[in-house]
Amino acid sequence: MDKFLQEQILRMSGVNTRKCMKCGKCSGTCPAYDEMEYHPHQFVAMVESGDIDALMQSNSIWTCLSCFACVERCPRSVEPANLIEAVRLAVIRQQNANHLKAQEIPENLEEKLPQQAIVSAFRKYSK
Amino acid sequence: MILSYYPGCTLKTKAQDLDLYARKSAEVLGVTMEELEEWQCCGAVYPMASDEIATKLSAVRALENAKEKGQDLLTLCSACHHVIKRVNHDMQTNADMQMKVNNYLQLDEPYTGETKVVHYLEMLRDLVGFDKIKEKVVNPLKGKKIAAYYGCLLLRPSDVLQFDNPENPSIMEDFIRSIGATPVETPYRNECCGGYVSMENKKLAQKKVDLIISSAMEKGAEMIITACPLCMYNLDANSTEHKLPIVYFTELLAEALGVK
Repeated sequence: MDKFLQEQILRMSGVNTRKCMKCGKCSGTCPAYDEMEYHPHQFVAMVESGDIDALMQSNSIWTCLSCFACVERCPRSVEPANLIEAVRLAVIRQQNANHLKAQEIPENLEEKLPQQAIVSAFRKYSK
Repeated sequence: MILSYYPGCTLKTKAQDLDLYARKSAEVLGVTMEELEEWQCCGAVYPMASDEIATKLSAVRALENAKEKGQDLLTLCSACHHVIKRVNHDMQTNADMQMKVNNYLQLDEPYTGETKVVHYLEMLRDLVGFDKIKEKVVNPLKGKKIAAYYGCLLLRPSDVLQFDNPENPSIMEDFIRSIGATPVETPYRNECCGGYVSMENKKLAQKKVDLIISSAMEKGAEMIITACPLCMYNLDANSTEHKLPIVYFTELLAEALGVK
């Protein structure tokens, strides 16, 4: 367990994982649940136990839609999406760890694709 | 009534209709939208991490420009509204953020969240009033059954956005009534369309969008309205089962007011 990384994730996210009462509502309401290896409630539990490498390597950090459903509906205000964002940042802030590269954009361009989609994806997937 | 206006990058390009019809309608309603002379892209997503400062500066600059003019800041794109409103909340409540941002910007007077951020729909509801809109309608959209699609960014997190009831909103339905049409409530109106993830996982967006559209059709909707260019794109381009017309709410407003 990487204590330093765990502290960094907690500090960046501002989340207190100990507030979680494990009701599972975050994962129950997550619109990306079916596509995720680890689900929002597992982010809370695994950051708490320091199992962060597995989260950093999972597809879940790229699948979170940042829709804030888990944040809104958590009865304990744990804010799982903030944890997912912090883990994602811990990955893309490393050298050469961008998930979306500028040269991949042209092949993804569609006539109707709004700038908002590209800017959002860049902010979420690259540093 | 004069408001500072922050259009954002997409309203200058792929979502020009959202902007154009908002401006035309505002004129009829006696609202002057004064576009900020200089504005930068808001970044489209709110940076959640507590150590993200630079990514919030463009929002602070827009807020500061409105403060200098002594005006509320009007937003229209859901993403811009979300980012600017949340950054403003940080500037009101987070002393660390306040200090770092102001140390960097070196303004004549520190910015501490004085500007009021108003979304166009909030302007219609709170500053103009839906009753006043009803009076100004010359072409009521009688009998049209319209589903409102709120998406995520205007509603959540509700303690900061304070836009409407996040689970049972009514502002867009009230808007639909004010232009003479009939609102159709649908169960997925405040669930995600797939957002930016459609850039790399189209299937995920298609699944979400098909649910949203098929549930609206089951309820008898003939059309869906939105305030978000990314929702517009996903609902329009990533539906695989059924198609419904997806329209910016400002376009319907302009039509009802007779300025389309």
